[in-house]
Amino acid sequence: MARDTGIGARVKRVEDQRFITGKGRYTADLNRPGQAHAAFVRSPHAHAKVGSIDKASAMEVPGVLAVFTGEDLAADEVGALPCGWAITSKDGSPMVAPGHPCLAQGKVRYVGDPVAVVIGETLSAARGGAEALEVEYEELPAVVDLDAAQSSDAPLVHDEAARNTAFEWELGDKAATEEAFAKARHVTRIDLVNNRLVPNAMEPRAAVGEYDSGTDGFTLYTTSQNPHVARLVMSAFLNIAPEHKLRVIAPDVGGGFGSKIYVYPEETVCVWASSKVDRPVKWTCDRAEAFLSDAHGRDHLTHAELALDEQGKILGLRIKTKANVGGYLNLFASSVPTYLYATLLSGQYDIPAIYAEVDAVYTNTTPVDAYRGAGRPEATFVVERLIEVAARETGMDPAEFRRRNFVTSFPHQTPVIMMYDAGDYAASLDKALELIDYSGFAQRKSQAAREGKLRGIGFSTYIEACGIAPSQAVGSLGAGVGLWESAEVRVNPVGTVEVLTGSHSHGQGHETTFAQLVADRLGIPMTNVAIVHGDTDKVQFGMGTYGSRSGAVGMSAISVALDRVVAKAKKVAAHLLEASEGDIEFKDGQFTVSGTDRSIDWTSVALNAYTAHGFPSADLEPGLKEGAFYDPTNFTFPAGCHICELEIDADTGHTRIVNWVAVDDFGEIINPMIVEGQVHGGIAQGVGQALLEHTVYDESGQLVSGSFMDYTMPRADDLPSFSLDFTVTRCPSNPLGIKGCGEAGAIAAPAAVINAITDAVGHEDVAMPATAEAVWQAIRKSPAREAAE
Amino acid sequence: MYDFNYHRPSSLDEAVTLLGQGEDVKVLAGGHTLLPTMKQRLAAPSDVVDLSRIAALKGIEATEGAVRIGAATSHADVAASGEVRNRIPALAALAARIGDPHVRNRGTLGGSIANNDPNADYPAACLALGATIVTTKREIAADDFFVDMFETALDEDEIVTRVDFPVPRRAGYAKFPNPASRYALVGVFVAEGGDGIRAAVTGAGPCVFRVPEMEAALGHDFSPAALEGIKVDAGGLNADIHASADYRAHLVGVMARRAVEAALEGR
Ligand SMILES: Cc1cc2nc3c(=O)[nH]c(=O)nc-3n(C[C@H](O)[C@H](O)[C@H](O)COP(=O)(O)OP(=O)(O)OC[C@H]3O[C@@H](n4cnc5c(N)ncnc54)[C@H](O)[C@@H]3O)c2cc1C
Repeated sequence: MARDTGIGARVKRVEDQRFITGKGRYTADLNRPGQAHAAFVRSPHAHAKVGSIDKASAMEVPGVLAVFTGEDLAADEVGALPCGWAITSKDGSPMVAPGHPCLAQGKVRYVGDPVAVVIGETLSAARGGAEALEVEYEELPAVVDLDAAQSSDAPLVHDEAARNTAFEWELGDKAATEEAFAKARHVTRIDLVNNRLVPNAMEPRAAVGEYDSGTDGFTLYTTSQNPHVARLVMSAFLNIAPEHKLRVIAPDVGGGFGSKIYVYPEETVCVWASSKVDRPVKWTCDRAEAFLSDAHGRDHLTHAELALDEQGKILGLRIKTKANVGGYLNLFASSVPTYLYATLLSGQYDIPAIYAEVDAVYTNTTPVDAYRGAGRPEATFVVERLIEVAARETGMDPAEFRRRNFVTSFPHQTPVIMMYDAGDYAASLDKALELIDYSGFAQRKSQAAREGKLRGIGFSTYIEACGIAPSQAVGSLGAGVGLWESAEVRVNPVGTVEVLTGSHSHGQGHETTFAQLVADRLGIPMTNVAIVHGDTDKVQFGMGTYGSRSGAVGMSAISVALDRVVAKAKKVAAHLLEASEGDIEFKDGQFTVSGTDRSIDWTSVALNAYTAHGFPSADLEPGLKEGAFYDPTNFTFPAGCHICELEIDADTGHTRIVNWVAVDDFGEIINPMIVEGQVHGGIAQGVGQALLEHTVYDESGQLVSGSFMDYTMPRADDLPSFSLDFTVTRCPSNPLGIKGCGEAGAIAAPAAVINAITDAVGHEDVAMPATAEAVWQAIRKSPAREAAE
Repeated sequence: MYDFNYHRPSSLDEAVTLLGQGEDVKVLAGGHTLLPTMKQRLAAPSDVVDLSRIAALKGIEATEGAVRIGAATSHADVAASGEVRNRIPALAALAARIGDPHVRNRGTLGGSIANNDPNADYPAACLALGATIVTTKREIAADDFFVDMFETALDEDEIVTRVDFPVPRRAGYAKFPNPASRYALVGVFVAEGGDGIRAAVTGAGPCVFRVPEMEAALGHDFSPAALEGIKVDAGGLNADIHASADYRAHLVGVMARRAVEAALEGR
């Protein structure tokens, strides 16, 4: 039994039964008795002063119940959305991070910034009211272009942020890095754009806020990756209700990719408004609104340099990055281009000196925050592009160049905070080279050329820091929270088990993998295990799911709780078997007195733990339930090698990926099928970023690519069938040896694609997204072609 | 979406009568263009007349020298039709590459040409094949039907009932899809029929158009090579976030050559 469902088994996802048959329960599926509907009035301007708002214009619409504006929120002292990670600038000054009002307080700073909410009997009435609401705007010049935003004549997004700069941060040893560059034999220099992405989870955000005047308490049903954090922010910063009077439920959630970590204006307003109108208030985002209001991802401009000695060994790396944070510094936005980014600039390489400078810059665009990978894809893109270009410039094979510079002994302290605990980078590279038949590439390339196709190959030997994170470490770096996880294992009298976890599943398959762990440990069928998550009234405080942390941190907490449950169960078994506790062995669901045939099974122990007849009351409490708060000792460091092989239609510039090999080291794997699914999805998103996803604002700050007719999401026919494999070095920093797998694909993929395209066209001037036209233009600039013409 | 009156007539006469009543009456075919604009509150018809129950508007019929396709026939039905595949394979292939399965199962020929989206596929086929658009009032030659961006020769109260496609000697269509919508960024339909060669371009300009220079060249030598060096002027072509006018002009040449290849291969 355990072999079919235990650790390492390819168990089909138990949650898929309900998802695929339409039985999932998402926030938008919930309808509360007496519920009213909310529609938000959003700024049509990128930058404007908000003048008078004529509520009567909307109240006249039949079915409109109420109109609320920023003034109403202010009157109730509802706070602004904060940024929860404090960053200090080079000069020692704190970051400039004015809060984001849930409804505009006098000014709007991006198209889509909420200005007012209209509550209606029906959705149609609410929308009619929103459309009718007369708002006076005084348009201000907008700053949209990241590169120009820090110039002295740029309009200011926030008066308090001079040069539109939230902070100017640095990491690493500047002097040592300068020295490394001074003695370099070769320096590689590149300029990169990391394009802005719109997250586009399949399920748009939604919320139902409900006030109960009987208990003076609130319930919020919402699309959240971390309901406890939402509750904390709403009570501690937004003053909506104290934590014990606010229950946050995140039911089935259809994808997040980071965008559902944050607390947004809409759900905050729904909860607050429910007490104002004394009715549940529901809001469901539509896709057009999602494009404008979900926090976006990426959006960096980077200049990067790599210093090499005569043997092709890396001496130093330095970067200067401008990170677009949009109109406000969102909840975790300050950590993304800093501690989640620059700390990974050492890649898989032994680099003696690194220096990074990052400016966080306001523009009149939608706020930017963590999106699948959060900072680490940006770092990998910089490092892996630099490495590839450096190899080409020095005439070295890119695989060989990487191998020459790999970190090979562990633990390894990088110059940018991280201490890599375990890995074998050459093992992944070797396996990947074999799988893609690297030695046959030249022949495949010339074959393609005969068919009018440009074939290219590109590597990405990425590393990421996951399992975030030791609370002590993140606290010292400015985080406002600790990043442990909680778990509670409740054994029922019949021996079935409920696991209450602070992690949240929104596509990851926790109901399957977490149950596999429990089944494996306790020797019970998976069907006897229920995973409970996403409800602050059921589950004790937990930190939620992001940063590939649920395996390494969330499951580790369950593992510790399981150890405690087993220890307690052994006590019960010892009592029942009249043996000493130290003599009890537990295996495959049986408690045995070692060296005897006297044993008792799991179910009997569970039952006796609750009947508790004849328990010696002093040392044996009734019941079988244990909890744990697990705080990791280090980040985890998943790493691997992705190789992309593609063909370009020289006539049109269209790129077709023909071959994709990924060899990842995620440490121990609970369910390879689920892990492969995570890698598939991650690669798809990374390919989307590299080839397709183009977020375009016009000069006035209107989002021009605001629908699926204009914003290209990756689809099945944009992707090849992937060949995946794994290498395993156990993670020493948690009890399960897990590193995490949720973001790897999205981190690795963009560099592999662009490295392959630049290989095919013969020069480095290809920006993301490498749309067909961009590639066609690049082909026209290619030196081989210019020479021929 | 605003409130509106919904009608579902079972005859064409009834539909025409309904079109004459009400302030702003729209006919509804597949709804793939009309409904999204209504949902976004960009269109607000007072009345919607659903054509889906009018049998006379559906179906595919082969006649002497032509294929007649009812206006309410879905793209999927055109793509799957044995008549179309045998007699005008390029037209079946075109229908098979419109949008995605949802779009092909709902969207209709009549809706597509009545809408005359500059990036739609069918207008290129109609123009290159020299089709005749039959309406409740008259017959209109494709050359006169497509007037300008989203503009046709149709009157407000006129319904397209079918399109008659003459069977060509050979024809081919090549499309470079917009990666997001899958509409044509550029599509070129080339056909050799009774009145010679026609090459029609969609996606590139504000409205489908013919390229006489290509037609002349192909008249001498129906081969991709005959098109080498013929350039379409980028001036006047569409430029948007998906493609510059230069790129579109370039793609017209590439797609035209590929359309000729397809025609030669009978695809
Ligand atoms: C995601 C997506 C992708 C698409 N991709 C493509 C593509 O690749 N290529 C392509 O060519 N098209 C594409 N389309 C368009 C689609 O195929 C339909 O052709 C188009 O939406 C119109 O057809 P319909 O039947 O849905 O018409 P409707 O939306 O019902 O109507 C459109 C307009 O035509 C009018 N109308 C409809 N029928 C008649 C009639 N018989 N007589 C007079 N007026 C009429 C309506 O009043 C309305 O104004 C796409 C659409 C979507 C949503």
